[in-house]
Amino acid sequence: MELLDSNVDLKELQKLQGHADRVWGLAWNPAPHNCGGASAMLASCSGDKTLRIWQMGPTHRFDCSTILEDTHTRTVRSCAWSPCGKFLATASFDSTTAIWKYVGGDFECVATLEGHENEVKSVTWSSSGTFLATCSRDKTVWIWEVQPGDEYDCVAVLQGHSQDVKMVQWHPLVDVLVSVSYDNSIKVWAEDGDSDDWHCVQTLNEGSSGHASTVWSVAFNSSGDRMVTSSDDLTLKIWDTSSAISQTDTEGFASWRHLCTLSGYHGRTIFSAHWSSEGIIASGAGDDALCLFVEEKGNSIEEPSYRLLLKKEKAHDMDINSVRWNPKDQRILASASDDGTIKIWEVREIS
Amino acid sequence: MTLGLINANPVVHERRERLSRADDPPHYPYPHPHPHSHPDDVLDALDVFDSVRDIRDPEHPYSLEQLSVLSEESITVDEKLGRIQITFTPTVQHCSMATVIGLCLRVKLMQCFPPHFKVDIKVSPGSLANEEAVNKQLNDKERVAAALENPNLRQLVDECLYSSELYSY
Repeated sequence: MELLDSNVDLKELQKLQGHADRVWGLAWNPAPHNCGGASAMLASCSGDKTLRIWQMGPTHRFDCSTILEDTHTRTVRSCAWSPCGKFLATASFDSTTAIWKYVGGDFECVATLEGHENEVKSVTWSSSGTFLATCSRDKTVWIWEVQPGDEYDCVAVLQGHSQDVKMVQWHPLVDVLVSVSYDNSIKVWAEDGDSDDWHCVQTLNEGSSGHASTVWSVAFNSSGDRMVTSSDDLTLKIWDTSSAISQTDTEGFASWRHLCTLSGYHGRTIFSAHWSSEGIIASGAGDDALCLFVEEKGNSIEEPSYRLLLKKEKAHDMDINSVRWNPKDQRILASASDDGTIKIWEVREIS
Repeated sequence: MTLGLINANPVVHERRERLSRADDPPHYPYPHPHPHSHPDDVLDALDVFDSVRDIRDPEHPYSLEQLSVLSEESITVDEKLGRIQITFTPTVQHCSMATVIGLCLRVKLMQCFPPHFKVDIKVSPGSLANEEAVNKQLNDKERVAAALENPNLRQLVDECLYSSELYSY
């Protein structure tokens, strides 16, 4: 029976406590077995300047296995795992991005990426494992190439946004980057085939049915033909790229068009949205609520649309900053909040 | 930071006479191990105003109340929903101190009221040339968090907040 057609609820499995300040970001390890055979690993980063790693034990409960501290001198805002699961990048308000490597049961800081003029807001690792991208209040997006021996070379400093860049996210299949900003726009960046120069291939702003206020997050679906953005304008927007998709054709990802706007579900800034491999969109907002949306299966002639599957009011005691689906278990969702906690949820069908 | 005061000649008003309230202490001392609960005491605009009226202006040795930057009427509270809205009026149209005042208000409210309260701070319509831009910045919690990690800015905010002890009753 298809989950998407039935009634569901969101069951709280566990509340993870320990951070001494708001939790800003979350990242599930895409290959936890490469870190000493772990079954699930979740990284969380906080205003308390630390990164915590939570590992699932034999009883399916998460425990904090590692605290990475004394490296960043200010808030750690964002974290991202490499595709192989052995490296973790942490982006901080101290303007640096640290790279940690799993070595013999522990994490060592093997590199520090410097260059941004002020707070780094987001870091993302390409699925090819070749690139990292970071963005900052300094309005730029930096692209870093991973070299042998834990070296990272900056290959591009991308200017174009007129304000603070809130988040960057690599496309799941090709080396195309999307950035979202306080300037209310979404930008798509790709490498010029001939010159290896990175440039902005598309800008989605209010004129192109884009957002009317700060865009806080962007996430792709697993097939990479849709993306969802969330904003201070209280809406979520779904974007579609209708071109034929092939593994190598990056040009296909330069023409995104607005598909659908979801409004009226959240009463305050929507800080995060994430797409599960099954196609459920989760959103978390400043109204302390968590929402789930799915595509409306209906008349194939009409434009695709999305409907609310579930809204969990008071999912946390305070703002929700990040929602992330477990890539290894598509019914498991993690949420992080200003209340300093992380919650693990399970989407269940109810008869 | 500009050289010289933005507004060298502010208009100073008398502090409004304080109504004495039964059981004087603030209703939500924070941090506090147990939430204060008096069924008769509903958190209202005056409670919020009392917590912020004596914040010192960043540039002048007067409180925000004395400079008419704030008044009780400019505050809305919904205790049930956990919302506080404050509107303030900078003393001049091109006030670069507006963001600092906004920060001071936020910090004071974080200290005085339970953490789950959602606070919206705006400049009163028409009071600033770049009103929209300032409002946006004042209510971007990531920008606020980063600003408060800046030691120089934090020091300025602390000076505005703690010198109010001179005025406390």
